[in-house]
Amino acid sequence: MEQPLFQHNKPGRCVTFAEYREEGGFGALKKGLQEMSPGEVQQAVQDSGLRGRGGAGFPTGKKWSFVPQDLPGPRWVICNCDEMEPGTYKDRVLLEANPYSLLEGMVLAAYAIGARQAFIFIRRGYETAAANLQRGIDECLAAGLLGENILGSDFSCDINMHSSAGRYICGEETALMNALEGKRANPRAKPPFPAVKGLWGGPTVVNNVESLANVPGIVAKGPEWFKGLAKTPEGAGTKLFCLSGHVVTPSCFELPLGMPLAEIIDGPAGGMRPGSRFKACLPGGASTPFFSAGQLPVPMDFDAVAKAGSRLGTGGIVVFDQDTCMVAATLNLIRFYARESCGWCTPCREGLPYVRYMLEQIEAGEGSREYISILQDHVQLLDYSFCALAPGAMGPVQGLLSHFMDELEEHIDTERCPFTAGKNGGAYTPPGV
Amino acid sequence: MTSDELRQTLKKKISAAVTPREAAVAVMKELQGHYGWLTDAALREAADLLGLSPLQVEELATFYEMIYRRPVGNKVVHVCDSISCWAMGGETFLSQLEAELGIHVGETTADGMFTLLPCCCLGNCGNAPTMLIGDKLYGELSVEKAMAILTNEREEKEKREAR
Repeated sequence: MEQPLFQHNKPGRCVTFAEYREEGGFGALKKGLQEMSPGEVQQAVQDSGLRGRGGAGFPTGKKWSFVPQDLPGPRWVICNCDEMEPGTYKDRVLLEANPYSLLEGMVLAAYAIGARQAFIFIRRGYETAAANLQRGIDECLAAGLLGENILGSDFSCDINMHSSAGRYICGEETALMNALEGKRANPRAKPPFPAVKGLWGGPTVVNNVESLANVPGIVAKGPEWFKGLAKTPEGAGTKLFCLSGHVVTPSCFELPLGMPLAEIIDGPAGGMRPGSRFKACLPGGASTPFFSAGQLPVPMDFDAVAKAGSRLGTGGIVVFDQDTCMVAATLNLIRFYARESCGWCTPCREGLPYVRYMLEQIEAGEGSREYISILQDHVQLLDYSFCALAPGAMGPVQGLLSHFMDELEEHIDTERCPFTAGKNGGAYTPPGV
Repeated sequence: MTSDELRQTLKKKISAAVTPREAAVAVMKELQGHYGWLTDAALREAADLLGLSPLQVEELATFYEMIYRRPVGNKVVHVCDSISCWAMGGETFLSQLEAELGIHVGETTADGMFTLLPCCCLGNCGNAPTMLIGDKLYGELSVEKAMAILTNEREEKEKREAR
């Protein structure tokens, strides 16, 4: 099984610049700058079928193609490393092991769209990843792989780091641009889309870490190779799946897109913990509707997961066992979103605390049957919000309503939470005790 | 670093940015590192350096979870309260930590050493429960393990002060 993103990883440490180069690193950059036009690089990424790995799954090459080539003034590439989606830690794992694939991919992206400068917007808490990237930038500058006339070509590009200070909404691409500009990170209206009017009003491409880190492989080995990495015919590439919750080995794995959920859990993740049976999971981070045991055979690829009623999202799979109260789990998620709402629009600012209140009442045994229809209404109502935060927040509520209605009703009818463990977030003893 | 030296460092950061404002978060973080929290004076200093009004800096400062606009302890202990940590007993862990430290979340220990704050997912979900102290992520925590880490932090501080 090929692992293009993890191929340079060394056990327990970060790969060195010399090792990355010896192992063929920056070969794609050389090929791209010396043998391909920017349009050809863009076409290769478009033909590869690479879909954004940050959550939305929008085709990366297509995003690049929206950048108008005739607008004057600077254009920008931004790497979104504001990985704050609960249950997601793949970008951190990737960058702690290897910052170079991302840097190489960013220069290729900048070349493809004609950007002179790129930014890495990195979250607070990822200081090791940030240090690796800064070191990598300095090494690349010294080796002529970044800066003026890269590899002797006419193309010049710089990469700057922008460290954030902790706020979930900054990961939304238009909010991110406001944050980078030093403004309060409220989202912006779309259209105009960032590709036309983004950072400081210039055409801007915002891509996730994992998306960009895939670009060197695509340029070096071609779109067909990339498509062949997936397990499903319509899929393309590998995916970093990061597991957490009640499995034996909650780690980050690079696996073919389209691997069935059950195979991921029983294979690399080592199965459920002793005494645990699979009850549900968030298939792609905190904003995706729950899967229950009926969805275990679903191939983990964008379209297949969408067809099964959820989203592949970030690939952060959070697994829950039979002792988990799904009302309490949903309440935890909604508390998160209500707190992280930027407050810009009314449906999100007012709606999420209301949904939180409903769930708190139900969990405390003080709900009524009427609350269920109120929750159902809010799944629709929060779609009127300004950005994707509130609709995403309602994903788990939607999953709760479609898969665990019996549990909701039991809370209401018996006027208490049927789970002793659930109330306190699981009766689990953390490992190492 | 004296305040003058700090001012020079910050001015350099600001002039390297595409627009001064771009450096606002970096400036706030540096000043916070220097003063321990973003004091009213530090906020005015940031505004002055960035060419913004204090209110413009305030609206940024209050937006971010890890910019402190109130006094905090020597170390801020950020404990993740998001879903993966929750599933691994995060709520229990946080309440045990409150009991051990003798404070509630949002409070600072009487000796001024630790402030305890819950926070957004720290991206360490495979090692839940998890916490962030300074620049360091800690995972697979039990309250005993966390207290050992905090004791070590306290001893390190005492050693630094003894020097």
